[in-house]
Amino acid sequence: MASLKEVRNRIVSVQSTQQITKAMKMVAAAKLRRAQDSIIRMRPYAQRLSQILTNLSELTGESVSNPYTVKRDINRVLIIAVTSDRGLAGAFNSNVLKGVTSLVAEKYAAQMAAGNVEFVAIGKKGHEALLKKGYKVNGDFTHVFGKLSFDTVRVAAELAMDGFRNGTYDQVEIVYNEFKNVATQIVRREQFLPIVEKEKDENAKNTNIPDYVFEPSKEEIIQELIPKSLKIQVYKAVLESNASEHGARMTAMDKATENAGELLKALKLSYNRTRQAAITTEILEIVGGAEALAASR
Amino acid sequence: MHLEIITPDKKVFEGEVIGAKFPGTKGSFEVLNNHAPLISTLANGELRITTTSGYQFFNVEGGVVEVLNNKIVVLAEAVLS
Repeated sequence: MASLKEVRNRIVSVQSTQQITKAMKMVAAAKLRRAQDSIIRMRPYAQRLSQILTNLSELTGESVSNPYTVKRDINRVLIIAVTSDRGLAGAFNSNVLKGVTSLVAEKYAAQMAAGNVEFVAIGKKGHEALLKKGYKVNGDFTHVFGKLSFDTVRVAAELAMDGFRNGTYDQVEIVYNEFKNVATQIVRREQFLPIVEKEKDENAKNTNIPDYVFEPSKEEIIQELIPKSLKIQVYKAVLESNASEHGARMTAMDKATENAGELLKALKLSYNRTRQAAITTEILEIVGGAEALAASR
Repeated sequence: MHLEIITPDKKVFEGEVIGAKFPGTKGSFEVLNNHAPLISTLANGELRITTTSGYQFFNVEGGVVEVLNNKIVVLAEAVLS
């Protein structure tokens, strides 16, 4: 059995670990709130934009051709992986990386073998992991989550969009964690470019669109707006991922605190047992000594 | 008339205005009360709104404006006020 002092030292160290995990859980909870708020703040922009876009495309009838819907033979692929900057969030980052690996294995094995799959990693963890595997990672989007804003994400989105437009990439995919609720994150793999045509919902057709004045022409406005809504799509993915990260960390830390509590309980039991055993031995020695004295008299 | 300036990060402005002058892609224009429905893209430049307490300026970076029934919505990617 471990000595009293050893057990006491372990108890102290487990207690301080528990304090840390508890604090991290609180911090993650606070950050989760903020992350959710920023998703809510992004919504009006996204809704308005898509509303204007649908109105416009209905007025122009057939979908306008634009450089982002062109389907080409897939030779070169770009995968955007959204991870976090910090670890200790359970399986959060490894899930994204697993998603990336399975995506490559399922759809782009040939392109990968030819060395034509490139990556953009948003978040330090993914950046490091992908580099370590020897993949080509474009740009540096680490440390974006400290002060997350549309501006930084926009740069990443523009990199992918420019690459698609000038033919560097024929297909762009995005892999991220979707925020379902605090405890659940779902790894999503979405085709970002070329744009996937959405099924037109005939019932939702808005027949009484006001008679707008367009400046410049409808087509030109659509051309302007499509890149905007693409950027928003990336931003949304990043925001979702950010919220998921804090959710994942919160659950991971909650679990860790709980485990530390259980460990403490077991250690305290063993500590008390050892202490009791030591006391018993001591009493036995004293009694034994006293009896020996009495017998010798 | 009601005006909202929205970016992906936050709502920059919301309130009643008398008029607003926009840096349209095809030149600057001003929207006053009872303007016809309009959708226009914006160039990078200065957006001037007139409220009862005077002028207010915003630097918008690429955006779109929708005017409908005396409600103006400005969607900008970035705004420096």
